[in-house]
Amino acid sequence: MADQVTLKIDGDVVSVPAGTLIVDAAKSVSNDIPVFCYHPKLDPVGMCRMCLVEVGTPLRDRESGEPELDEHGDQKINWMPKLQTACTVPVSAGMRVRTATQQVTRARKDVVEFLLTSHPLDCPVCDKGGECPLQNLTMSHGSGESRYLFDEKIQLQKRVPLGELIFLDRERCIQCARCTRFQDELVGEPVIGFDKRGRALQIVTFSEPGFDSHFSGNTTDICPVGALTTADFRFGARPWEMQHTPSICPHCTVGCNTHLNTRRSGMVGGTVIKRVMPRQNEKVNEIWLCDKGRFGHHFAGSSDRLTVPLVRKDGRTIEQSWEHVLPLVAAKLAAADGEVAGIAGERLSNEDLFCFQTLVEGLGGRTMQWPGRMGGGDLVQQVGVGAGTDLAQLGAETVILVVASDLAEEAPLWWFKVRQAATKAGATLNKHPASLVVANARDTKLDRYANHIVRYSYGDEVQTVQALTHAISGDGAGIETGIDAQHNPLLSEVARAIEAAENMIIIYGSEGLDFSGSGALAQACANLLIASGHVGGVGNGLLPVWPSNNTQGAWDMGVRPAGMSVSEFTSGAKVVLLAGADPVGDGESLPEDAFVVISELFKTDTASRADVVLPAQAFVEREGSYTSGDRRVQRFYPALPALGDAMPDWNIFVRLTALLGLGTVPAGAGAVMRQIAADVPRYDGISYERLADVEEQWPHVGGRDSYYGGTAFENSAGLGLQTPTLAEMGHQVQPGNVEPPSVESGEFLVVPITLLYDRGSMLLRSKIMHQRLPEPYIELNVVDAERAGVGAGDRVALRVNGHDWEMATRVSTSPPEGVILFPRSLAGPLLPRTMVASLRKLES
Amino acid sequence: MSEFLLLRHRNIGEEGIAELDEYLRLGGFQAFRKVVTQMSPQQVIDLVKASGLRGRGGAGFPTGIKWSFLSDRFPRYVVANSDESEPGTFKDREIMERNPFQFLEGLMICAYASQAHVAYNYCRGEFWQLVDELQSKVIQLHDHGMLGDRIFGSEFSLQIHHHLGAGAYICGEESALLESIEGKLGQPRLKPPFPADRGLYQQPTVVNNTETLANVPLIIERGAEWYRSIGVEKSCGPKIMCLSGHAKNPGNYEVPLGTTFRELIFDLADGITGDKRLKAILPSGASAPILPATDVVLDTPLTYEDVSLVGSQLGSASIILLDETVDVSWAAMKTTRFFKHESCGKCTPCREGTYWMDRLLHRINNGQGDHEDANLLGEVAKQITGKCLCPLGDFSTSAVISGLELFHDDFTQHVRNGNGSTVELSE
Repeated sequence: MADQVTLKIDGDVVSVPAGTLIVDAAKSVSNDIPVFCYHPKLDPVGMCRMCLVEVGTPLRDRESGEPELDEHGDQKINWMPKLQTACTVPVSAGMRVRTATQQVTRARKDVVEFLLTSHPLDCPVCDKGGECPLQNLTMSHGSGESRYLFDEKIQLQKRVPLGELIFLDRERCIQCARCTRFQDELVGEPVIGFDKRGRALQIVTFSEPGFDSHFSGNTTDICPVGALTTADFRFGARPWEMQHTPSICPHCTVGCNTHLNTRRSGMVGGTVIKRVMPRQNEKVNEIWLCDKGRFGHHFAGSSDRLTVPLVRKDGRTIEQSWEHVLPLVAAKLAAADGEVAGIAGERLSNEDLFCFQTLVEGLGGRTMQWPGRMGGGDLVQQVGVGAGTDLAQLGAETVILVVASDLAEEAPLWWFKVRQAATKAGATLNKHPASLVVANARDTKLDRYANHIVRYSYGDEVQTVQALTHAISGDGAGIETGIDAQHNPLLSEVARAIEAAENMIIIYGSEGLDFSGSGALAQACANLLIASGHVGGVGNGLLPVWPSNNTQGAWDMGVRPAGMSVSEFTSGAKVVLLAGADPVGDGESLPEDAFVVISELFKTDTASRADVVLPAQAFVEREGSYTSGDRRVQRFYPALPALGDAMPDWNIFVRLTALLGLGTVPAGAGAVMRQIAADVPRYDGISYERLADVEEQWPHVGGRDSYYGGTAFENSAGLGLQTPTLAEMGHQVQPGNVEPPSVESGEFLVVPITLLYDRGSMLLRSKIMHQRLPEPYIELNVVDAERAGVGAGDRVALRVNGHDWEMATRVSTSPPEGVILFPRSLAGPLLPRTMVASLRKLES
Repeated sequence: MSEFLLLRHRNIGEEGIAELDEYLRLGGFQAFRKVVTQMSPQQVIDLVKASGLRGRGGAGFPTGIKWSFLSDRFPRYVVANSDESEPGTFKDREIMERNPFQFLEGLMICAYASQAHVAYNYCRGEFWQLVDELQSKVIQLHDHGMLGDRIFGSEFSLQIHHHLGAGAYICGEESALLESIEGKLGQPRLKPPFPADRGLYQQPTVVNNTETLANVPLIIERGAEWYRSIGVEKSCGPKIMCLSGHAKNPGNYEVPLGTTFRELIFDLADGITGDKRLKAILPSGASAPILPATDVVLDTPLTYEDVSLVGSQLGSASIILLDETVDVSWAAMKTTRFFKHESCGKCTPCREGTYWMDRLLHRINNGQGDHEDANLLGEVAKQITGKCLCPLGDFSTSAVISGLELFHDDFTQHVRNGNGSTVELSE
């Protein structure tokens, strides 16, 4: 805890941590000093000059150092001759600040007037109008009349694309540099910047494609004017016309809090999502959102959504009502004699998964998580990261180990926060960075910020972590490892850092590993955490980079990976019940003679094979909850009316359960959550009411005061609750046995990797993202490429797992020799795991 | 004064001092040898402190004190500010052209005193030919063992790099200059931290003007007491005055600080062209208030204190004379146009205010203004003053505010007379 400093701002005595800026100290007592360039997440620059205040410090006797007193016994104050920018001056003991004097009021009026001399005042057509700091501050501080001749205004370009996602209006820009500083300080990708000078100073992009960053949309949120707009929302709606529905991003395991802004659309003839905005949750996404979360929502409003139950009859598909179709399905399930194979996708909500599990279990059947390619969910329940951990706030006392994950692509906001922890860039009182160790078989974007980069060969993930445990526990009892950390200077250095660290977090992924391999890695990581004493507290524990948004929820609800192929799993099943899973599309097969029932959003390959297709509601149309990788249960709300006859998945399973006489029927999603709280370990005490609890967060953003712009940031709908781990509950968690995976050998090892922007069903239905989605490609090491006679851009045939892929080639030094990186979900069936392959160049 | 100390060519009547052999023959680099082989860095700093040398770039900050402020971190850097971008200033260029080694020697002594092993000479982009010359001289110094590793067999090593700016006024401001060396957009930084703590690449850095550095070898050679004997108590030493405008003999004049305007203009430069009446003086280029050519002003000694007492600044001593034919509103339009063109755009009042003043002055000078425009101009200028991120924003209003105060009729006559000559708006 930093030392507290007490000062006086106007009449208010304020006590804040040392290092706090005047502007933040004032904000803490609801004194809103107006700002444009200042943003509490960014280093101050003092450029816009809007926050000028009078500042004085106590006069001290030069000899004694004692404060000098006037005749009334009050401290004499040495007032600075010029106004000071409140956003750049840190508080000091006994400081006096005046924010309401004539001089200050006049200065605010002056600066607003200067800004307006070049501002187009096109508020009536501006997207920011209604949540615009310039508009608001002009109303509260500006002059009512203009002394600048309108004819002398500069006219500038109104539509400058910074890439196809973000547009710049040069007339509206007030050169506050929030956008450029965000990219530079907080993302570390300065792909936009200032060009020229004076009134010609303008934002330009330096990258190809323009504004090449996964976080570009955030700049439009923090832009204090309407200079930056997204292609998605540009001229789409006025802020006051829209409803704000709290939601959770469905894309990755971070679980970013969002607001879905909706409005009736005459063109569509119903209510639509106009934009997705970040909702403040400091421990999860702060006030940020990646572009996939912001722009990748259009799948829900896609015109090819299923709206009516479909039944296959005599080779034809016919539409049916629920009243007909549910009894039909119930009858098939009842007749299956327990030979029911349930396959549920990791994207479903907790309520869906719980009801799915209850139904199939009740029938005596078996369930499987789909794709279920990553293990360790049980270990996360035991030694997962401590509740209340904020990755970005971790400091010098913490070691963060990231292993087998390309965090930037798999969990963008965690990458963002880990980078923050490791750089302490931007505005933070804690300037002591955490120690970052990145272990992977190839380069990833996080390497730049790592204190130690550990390179292993694919297949050596588990042994590398075991070697660290070995080095720490010294005797190495019971630990089989092919890698000797004692004689490996880098690993012993990392081991020493871990031993010395007060806290440690391991973020583990599954790159290069299948279900059992990643499970072994999770166990090795858990053992290391236990051996080094880093479990059960804030800033300690295991954090899984799950492949989907609710994988942890699936584990918790009992829907676990089967550790076998779908054809093995469904072998002998009379009924296969699927929910939000498309194994057929990923190259798996279902038994010919099984009756297949599926609930889905779209007519996937599996749905085409099914005998009954049940239309499910998308997350935007219903309520529910997801559990993120840090075990945070978070609630989302219905933003749009139901589409056609579509029903929430949980309701489908609940009705079937009732029809089969297997149990009582919860009346709504909230009631399902009460059932979960009663039945699921560690979910006790969780309810929709408690998930909606909020507490005060810093900085104060959004809401009615629009202080930093935007009306959508404010979170009044809930911060979520983290389920406790066994370690937190006081259990002595024991290390487990680790069985390192075996590695195949062949000409090439093909390693599936995850890209943020893939060609999966969600992004393909978001046209706005299409230009960012790569064409199918594989990535080769330069040495291999030369040996195989393949150049960058050449088309190759890749033969793997009995299947041929034709793709373009990228050549770099990132993949190790002998390894082909194979991005998931770009083309064709999913590659189930790391495999051997042969490569042939195709003649063009 | 009988000899010229900074521009020695005037003394010896030869250009030869720009050649290393000649400079060495006249005792050049003895000072540098002395500090490296006989003095500690602290002794050098103390000596320069004792000499009373003040920065010649404009602010007049005591040089020795600046050197003593360096934070206790390494590496450190020293930077010569040869940006010389104030309108009417042309002294640093002449020093570097005619007496380059004395400047380089000063820079090298400064580096020794600061315990820096890398020195930069930041020149405006237009000086590219000059930088070619200087670069060859730096190579000569390497060849003579005065630059490079273990100079004179000591532990001290030094490299000098030249850096060309792209031609921006703001890059004469020390923190913007450092940004420019780092390859960034030339915009000033917030202060504090000051360069002495976080300068070039966030390391402790001394930034000194070229002329300031050229004084340093003299102080080492002849001592602080000798140096203090030149000029007056608080402003001592020689100073080059850049005289331009309506002077019969414009040019650089090296005089002791304390010489009066009258002595400089009428004794040394032979008065005003065409023997017209002197109307006003811009004592520090475009950036300090205009002075009326009264007897009080003319008898004011050219020192940092005295010029400020009569309401302006000595600054870099780029003294521009305006005779009776000059319309001060026209002159203010010229300085404003300069500041509008050179505003870096970082802070609002300077970026928007200079543009607004420029528009107003063009309107006034074109006879298209109304009676309120002169008042509005004054208000806009005062609205900028005191609110900017760096001092250059305040500079932009000096000529306007003082011009309006002293020569108000020059502004209002255009309104009375209707349209005068049309002045084209600059881009």
